[in-house]
Amino acid sequence: MANEGLDKAVSGEYALGFEIDIETETAPPGLSEETIAFISKKKEEPEWMLELRLKALKKWETMTEPHWAKLDYTSIDYQSISYFAAPKEQLDSLDEVDPKILEAYEKLGISLDEQKQLAGVKVAVDAVVDSVSVKTTYSEELEKHGVIFCSISEAIRDYPELVKKYMFSVVPMADNYFAALNSAVFTDGTFVYIPKGVRCPMELSTYFRINAINTGQFERTLIIADEGSHVSYNEGCSAPTRDEHQLHAAVVELIILKDAEIKYSTIQNWYPGDETGKGGIYNFVTKRAICEGDNAKVSWTQVETGSAITWKYPSCILKGDNSVGEFYSVAVTTLAQQADTGTKMIHIGKNTKSTIISKGISAMKGQNTYRGLVKINASAEGARNYSECDSLLIGSECGAHTFPYLESKDTQGQVEHEATTSKISDEQLFYLRQRGITEEDAVSMIVHGFCKQVFSQLPMEYAVEAKALLELTLEGSVG
Amino acid sequence: MSTVMKIENIEAKIGEKKILKGLNLELEAGKVHAIMGPNGAGKSTLSKTIVGHYDVEVTGGDITYKGKSIIDMDPEERALEGIFLSFQHPVEIPGVNNAYFLRTALNAKRKHEGKEELNAAEFLRLMKGHLEMLGMKSDMISRSLNEGFSGGEKKRNEILQMLILEPEVIILDEIDSGLDIDALRQVSEGINKMKDGKRTFLVITHYSRILDYIEPDYIHVLKDGEVIKTAGPELVPYLEEHGYDGIKED
Repeated sequence: MANEGLDKAVSGEYALGFEIDIETETAPPGLSEETIAFISKKKEEPEWMLELRLKALKKWETMTEPHWAKLDYTSIDYQSISYFAAPKEQLDSLDEVDPKILEAYEKLGISLDEQKQLAGVKVAVDAVVDSVSVKTTYSEELEKHGVIFCSISEAIRDYPELVKKYMFSVVPMADNYFAALNSAVFTDGTFVYIPKGVRCPMELSTYFRINAINTGQFERTLIIADEGSHVSYNEGCSAPTRDEHQLHAAVVELIILKDAEIKYSTIQNWYPGDETGKGGIYNFVTKRAICEGDNAKVSWTQVETGSAITWKYPSCILKGDNSVGEFYSVAVTTLAQQADTGTKMIHIGKNTKSTIISKGISAMKGQNTYRGLVKINASAEGARNYSECDSLLIGSECGAHTFPYLESKDTQGQVEHEATTSKISDEQLFYLRQRGITEEDAVSMIVHGFCKQVFSQLPMEYAVEAKALLELTLEGSVG
Repeated sequence: MSTVMKIENIEAKIGEKKILKGLNLELEAGKVHAIMGPNGAGKSTLSKTIVGHYDVEVTGGDITYKGKSIIDMDPEERALEGIFLSFQHPVEIPGVNNAYFLRTALNAKRKHEGKEELNAAEFLRLMKGHLEMLGMKSDMISRSLNEGFSGGEKKRNEILQMLILEPEVIILDEIDSGLDIDALRQVSEGINKMKDGKRTFLVITHYSRILDYIEPDYIHVLKDGEVIKTAGPELVPYLEEHGYDGIKED
């Protein structure tokens, strides 16, 4: 049968599992008020931030780890994790960033040297290693347009009014267990503010790298698109190959005001662990956007290939009239990976519109779950939703599950849901092979075809990266 | 006579069912061989066996192509060596652009033959004439592979692939099923264009209709997993009149 070669074809090796050889300053494991005071001090934060963090810790301590998702894992020992790790000698000019870090980023395909970026599309990068942002490029050029692009730690110090106004406004401090944990211990992440009427002149991006051992990464990102503005933001991530699980619990909040638009793309490639389930990142992430004003638009596009466990539901609150929310997702689970991912579309404003396109690919022992909620409030006259959830199974040991939830209080609301589960059939594979295409190339061709609708939403250079990554994840041909 | 493919005593089963029972067949290079026979005779299994389909388990015998046994070759190797099957029911592959697929297949073949790969522009130029001849709209190649194609469009697309890949042994499995008269004419034109005295055809068909368009040199009657008769084209009218039951074994 065709399956013989398939497992081999889909157990791609993880290409980014190297470790950056740098000295790291790490907080001792454990979570307490002292830990938080330590983090806050490291970040030179104002008193009000420390108070908010401590409040979050108190709330978190009253909560319990959720296990409702279709994910099988043993509870995390939060006292064994170190909550702060930073490359030593953190300095702020490019010349002084540890060359080993620059080199590592080059290896990841990201240049932190503005001069070195070739002609073409400029991409501003915030580079985060473990708990700190080591470098943010093009900040000055962006400043000329009034765009603020900096690490969240800087924003807390330099733009306290914006941070106070918007942080916790979309994802409340104690929204859920992992969000509460993040609110207490978050270290670095990106802050973006696009002023009224400005179209951000370049792609913005953040690249998260976990490097230190026995640490978690808890980043927090806050993006505000003021009236009539537009921004395209991309995040990427990776981590070294290690036998222990590492926790990544992030929070992302997006605020989109009247007539503004945020396009948020993620290529998630955390270390997935091995085929027995040893090692890999536990990825528990809360991402939410609010279309605050009329005609606001938000679009989440995610390509999830990494992590041992993914628990993530980028959501849209469509509050402004005529606002639009979109969710495009490709989630791949191979080896022993498990993903429970999807979205929530909350329709509040009139004539709000949402689109959900979810593509799950499971191979080997991978388990892939789509979980999504479409909620149409009574106020959301004329709301419309279109959902399409497709699963592709490669081989016979993997699984795909779909849990669509619908709550509609507006009887006029239009909700369409389509779901399919297909297997890469022997007939499809054979057809391509009969035309002289190798089995590996045939699998990759079918998978790319399946993901097309989502990849077409990514900015060009990221689409190329996503395709290459998918190939690597599913094809075992190390590049 | 020069033999391009020799099928010797082939025995094959699908699942637990024995379908080919010591079948013998020799294909003469450059000729058109028609395989005819009633439903369940093993016609499609024969074509699947030649191209190495997963469904088929070969339990005995051998197939040699240009003097080499192909029985242990991967399907893609057989394809690259020049064996082509026009599928009876071409499968749909969503999201895979038809032109991209065709170019990938062609370049795999060219690479195998040590030739340079064609770029997109060169490839499109090559396609243009073929599309016109087959009466295919140019948007057919920018659509997803076979997705939402009508029966006739799928068969035209098979012939398009044949024209582009220029195989040496061409198996046409029920190529005429589901074709209206115009489509049949265009598909036949495509096939006849490939008849250059070097390429060999194996036309598998239930009805004789297609043989009015593609003139066969030999008729092989397949029954219960064996070739029971081989004759010239004069057998066709006889079959039409008397059916397969009237055939006496050679």
